[in-house]
Amino acid sequence: MSVDANTPVLRVSGLTKTFCLHLQDEARIPVFDALGFTLNAGEAVALNGPSGVGKSSFLKLVYGTYLAAAGEIAVMHRGGWVDIANAEPRQVLDIRRETLGYVTQFLRVIPRVPTLDIVAEPLIERGESEEAARARARDLLNRLNIPETLWSLSPLTFSGGEQQRVNIARGFAASFPIMLLDEPTASLDAVNRQTVIDLIGEAVAAGSAVIGIFHSKADREQIASRAFELTPALAA
Amino acid sequence: MSALAAETVEMTPILAARGVGHAYGDFLACRDVSFDLYPGEVLGIVGESGSGKTTLLKCLSGHLEPTEGEVGFAVRDGEMRLLGEMGEPERRALARTDWAFVHQNPRDGLRMSVSAGANIGERLMANGHRHYGNIREAALEWLAKVEIDAERIDDLPRTFSGGMQQRLQIARNLVTGPRLVFMDEPTGGLDVSVQARLLDLLRGLVQRLGLSAIVVTHDLAVARLLSTRLMVMQGGRVIEAGLTDQVLEDPQAPYSQLLVSSVLQV
Repeated sequence: MSVDANTPVLRVSGLTKTFCLHLQDEARIPVFDALGFTLNAGEAVALNGPSGVGKSSFLKLVYGTYLAAAGEIAVMHRGGWVDIANAEPRQVLDIRRETLGYVTQFLRVIPRVPTLDIVAEPLIERGESEEAARARARDLLNRLNIPETLWSLSPLTFSGGEQQRVNIARGFAASFPIMLLDEPTASLDAVNRQTVIDLIGEAVAAGSAVIGIFHSKADREQIASRAFELTPALAA
Repeated sequence: MSALAAETVEMTPILAARGVGHAYGDFLACRDVSFDLYPGEVLGIVGESGSGKTTLLKCLSGHLEPTEGEVGFAVRDGEMRLLGEMGEPERRALARTDWAFVHQNPRDGLRMSVSAGANIGERLMANGHRHYGNIREAALEWLAKVEIDAERIDDLPRTFSGGMQQRLQIARNLVTGPRLVFMDEPTGGLDVSVQARLLDLLRGLVQRLGLSAIVVTHDLAVARLLSTRLMVMQGGRVIEAGLTDQVLEDPQAPYSQLLVSSVLQV
C-alpha cells in the first residue's frame, strides 16, 4: 500500500457529546463541545489527557459505540467519505469490518468459541479463507505467548492477562486503514508490551493510521509521531 | 457521501415495516413501527413483558394481521410484496420456504407425535422433496449441526430434554434454507448452560448461512450476542433503535437506560 502523508483518513469536526443520565436526576455530563481532529494516513497519534477527560469516549464515538449529539465523524471508507455519526447500522458494521479496527484491553468472551476461532474471526468475516485466517491467528497467538495447549479452549477461564493478549491478537489479525487503540499495552509484562508495540509499528509501516491511548510515556514515545491533547477546557 | 461507499452494502431490504400496529379490541398492543431489515442483519427486539414485542413479531411474520400499517417482504426474484396483499396459499408457501419461525416453547414448533427425523423431513417434503434416502440424509446432517446424536433420529421429541427439543425445532426450521428467521425468546426457559450452547449454535448458523433474523428477547445478553441492531420497545412503541453496542453502551431514552442499568453483574 502506498502511503500519502497528509492524506486525511479520519476527519472529526464540531463533535459534541453530553451524557444525559435520566435516572440520576437528569444529570448532564458534558464531554465534548465542537471538538475537531484530523488523522492522516500512516501516522500514529497519541491521545493524551487527564483521567476522565473523555479519551475512551472519543474512541467510542469514532467507532460508533457512542452516539454524537452534533458534529461529523467522517471516515475514508472504500474510497469515499462516510459520516459515522449519521450512518445506518449496516454501514457502520461494514466500516468496522473493513476500515476501522478497535483494540481494548478487554475481551468479550463468547461461550464455547475456541481461542483460535476468536482470533481468526475478523479475517473470516472479511472473506479470507479459514486456512489463511487460522495461520495468521496462530502466528499472533505465538507472538503474544499464548501457549498452544490453550488455543482450542474458550478463553472464558483464562487469566485476565491472557484474555487481554487474546483480544490484542484478534484486534491485529486483520489489517485496517484506521486503528483505534484503548490502552492495549496497559498491565502487560515487558516482553508482551514490546510485542504489542511492535505490532502497532508493523501496522503503521503497512499503512495503517493509528490513534491510541497509551498510559506510559515510554510507550507513547516509541509509538506516536505526534500527540492530540484533550484538556477539560478544550473538551467541555 | 460517495456512491462507491454506498454500493458496498446491500441496497434492498429483505423486509420492510411501515407504521405497523395491532389492536386487540380497544387495546393497542403495538403501534407505529417502521424499519427496514437488510440481508444478513439480525435485529433484536427488547423490552419488558407486555411491551408488544411478540405481537409485533407475529405481525411481521404473517401470523397476525396488522390493524395498522403494512409489512413488505422481498420475494426471491427481488420484488417487494406486501403481506396484506398476498393470498393465504402464497403466505403459507413463504412460511415453509423463505421463512422460519422458532417458537419460545418447542412444543409449538414441533410435531410431538412423530420422530425427530420426521420433524426435520416434514418441511422438506412440504417443499416437494420425495426421495426418502435424501430426506433422511438431510435429517441426519441437521441433527449433527444442532448437536443431537444421530441415534436419536427415530425417537419422539417428547423423550428429548427441553434444550434438545429447542435444537430440534431449529433444525426443522433451517433445513429448507430460509432467508429470514423469526425467533421468539429462543432461549427462554432453558438452563443457563444450555442457553450458552444454543446461543453459540444460533450465532454460528446465522453467520455461516448469512441469514437475516428478527429475535425477540427480554435478555440483553442474548440480544448482544445474536443481534447486529436493536429496537427497544415500551408500551407498544419503539422508543429507541440503533447498533446493538450503541444502544447498550450509550442508551438515550430513560427507559433504555433503566433497562441497561438493571442488568445484574455476575
